[in-house]
Amino acid sequence: MGPFLLRRIVNYLVLITLATCLGYLLAASSLQPREYFSQRQPPPPAAAVNATLTDLNLNDRTPLPDRFGHWAGGVLTGDLGKTIDDTSVSAEMGRRIGVTVRLVLVGTISGALVGVALGFVSAIRQYRPSDHAITFLSFLVLSTPVFLLAVLLKIGTVKINQAAGTTLLPYTNETTPGLAGGWLRHLTDRGQHLVVPTLSLMLGQAALFSRYQRSAMLDVLGADYIRTARATGMRRAPALVKHGLRTALIPMATLFAYQMGLLLTGVTFTEKIFGWHGMGEWFVDSIGRQDVNSVAAMVLFTAVLVLIAGLLSDIAHALLDPRVRV
Amino acid sequence: MAAGMELAVVEEDAATAAAEAVALSRGRIVLRRFLRRKLAVAGLVILVLMFALAFIGPYLSSWNYTDKDYDNFLTGPSASHWFGTTQIGSDVYAQTMRGLQKSLIIGLLAAVLSTGVAGIVGAAAGYFGGWTDRVLMWFVDLLLVLPSFLILAITSPLFHGRTWLLFVILLAAFNWMVTARMVRGLARSLREREFVTAAEVMGVHPLRIITRHLLPNMASLLIIDATLNVGGTIIAETSLSYFGFGVQPPDVSLGTIIADGTDSALNFPWLFYPAGILLILTVMAVAFVGDGLRDAMDDTSGTASSGGSGGAA
Repeated sequence: MGPFLLRRIVNYLVLITLATCLGYLLAASSLQPREYFSQRQPPPPAAAVNATLTDLNLNDRTPLPDRFGHWAGGVLTGDLGKTIDDTSVSAEMGRRIGVTVRLVLVGTISGALVGVALGFVSAIRQYRPSDHAITFLSFLVLSTPVFLLAVLLKIGTVKINQAAGTTLLPYTNETTPGLAGGWLRHLTDRGQHLVVPTLSLMLGQAALFSRYQRSAMLDVLGADYIRTARATGMRRAPALVKHGLRTALIPMATLFAYQMGLLLTGVTFTEKIFGWHGMGEWFVDSIGRQDVNSVAAMVLFTAVLVLIAGLLSDIAHALLDPRVRV
Repeated sequence: MAAGMELAVVEEDAATAAAEAVALSRGRIVLRRFLRRKLAVAGLVILVLMFALAFIGPYLSSWNYTDKDYDNFLTGPSASHWFGTTQIGSDVYAQTMRGLQKSLIIGLLAAVLSTGVAGIVGAAAGYFGGWTDRVLMWFVDLLLVLPSFLILAITSPLFHGRTWLLFVILLAAFNWMVTARMVRGLARSLREREFVTAAEVMGVHPLRIITRHLLPNMASLLIIDATLNVGGTIIAETSLSYFGFGVQPPDVSLGTIIADGTDSALNFPWLFYPAGILLILTVMAVAFVGDGLRDAMDDTSGTASSGGSGGAA
């Protein structure tokens, strides 16, 4: 398993490098930082704008290869450059990264677990009402873009809170500002804030995983080894879980890695709509501010996270499928 | 020579059809199987209605999507404004129809374009192998790392103030890779078949082999993919437009309408729900049609899982 994983890691590092460079070059050639400054009121003198832009390594009069070289040199030493407001990109990223990772982690894990469970139930009770209901609901969720789902959840939460007469489920920001009380109070407060935004990510994940798990499970149900296990006197439930589910989980490992990119797209909407100050919100705001270095940081973050997911799925694949290890 | 190739294709079709019924053509069989699936037919009916609504709907009301009614700001649905009005007096019905029209056209064009590119590039990579193949796989891997939403959002300033067709081209340009990978796999296996070897021996140009022999043999995959892509591109377009990275004002899409209505969705629901419901219905109808087509066209059913394993990292 060692050489296999090592080969994957090298492959991933090359991909991260390429993706981040591509991201920077795209951002540097499409965003116009000069406009951000010249639109200020009163408009600053051209010379001052030029000096600031050069200082931030954003001057469009410097050739792109030079700017890229300057940026890449910084990244190699761990310096991601300056934001357009002359603060450190790395520091800003440090503040925001935890927010997004928390959201992604809880969303993926809960989504994958719920999806696999739903798909399993759907498959072993094929064409029963429960299967039809799960299938229809997953189609409905998959047809709803994340931004629409998030807004609908927000409206639903307001209705629930109104019915309950108290703020049962807060839906903006990560914590209640100025909350008094012990750590337990703070923890439950964070937990309450997490529910609705996580749902907006988790539902889509669960729907997708349930579709794939259902068809993978159906493929496995008729397999000879299940019949053999049953013939040895094994009862149906353990046979299905021990021999069926394990095999049917292998394609899910691939889906898990593939899904990460889509999930990170979804996070942008969740953060923006629920007022979480994470990487996704920063990305959208940075494009509006023509902030090249911050956008490149988000690209790096996405690439790293997608490839961590890829690596995890390789490991899961190797654990589930002994053939990969040899 | 052309007749010989036609024969090869026809024979392929005949072979698959023979298993089902002798006298029926492939198209009839697919149609019959498709019509037997209630959800797929329902989806098709909804889609046809959506197109009718999007292209005939604007003429039913006397308001245009750019008109402003200075006597009615934020009024609810009424006889003259069927879906009510916005903060600045625009007619929500006219705007929603225009948005639906825009989202449908963009989704359809980008999906067909991206499947077309995927077919040609994927078939070329699979058929030629070597460097063509390597470069394609590199692109696919890169897209896996960089979600297309990110790339499109970053490049969005490039098409601001230009025609929306540029947006369609960009949407398609970052959407073809996964399909291309599937097509590549199919092309590699088709390359070994006798009719391709026969054409090669006869000295047929490689490009002609791809367009006349490889692509027609994957027609069902490409048709299914294009259909399912329509839903995906509509979601992508509305998502980008929601943040202002897609369709630019004064033009509207379902995404921009939903974005404008988000903040007041609780107190002024008519700003938000018509566009939201139409969007969900459209995407869902496309999914049902695509699913029905897949079942109707696949002679060996149970391919839902093979679609997922195509995206390995």
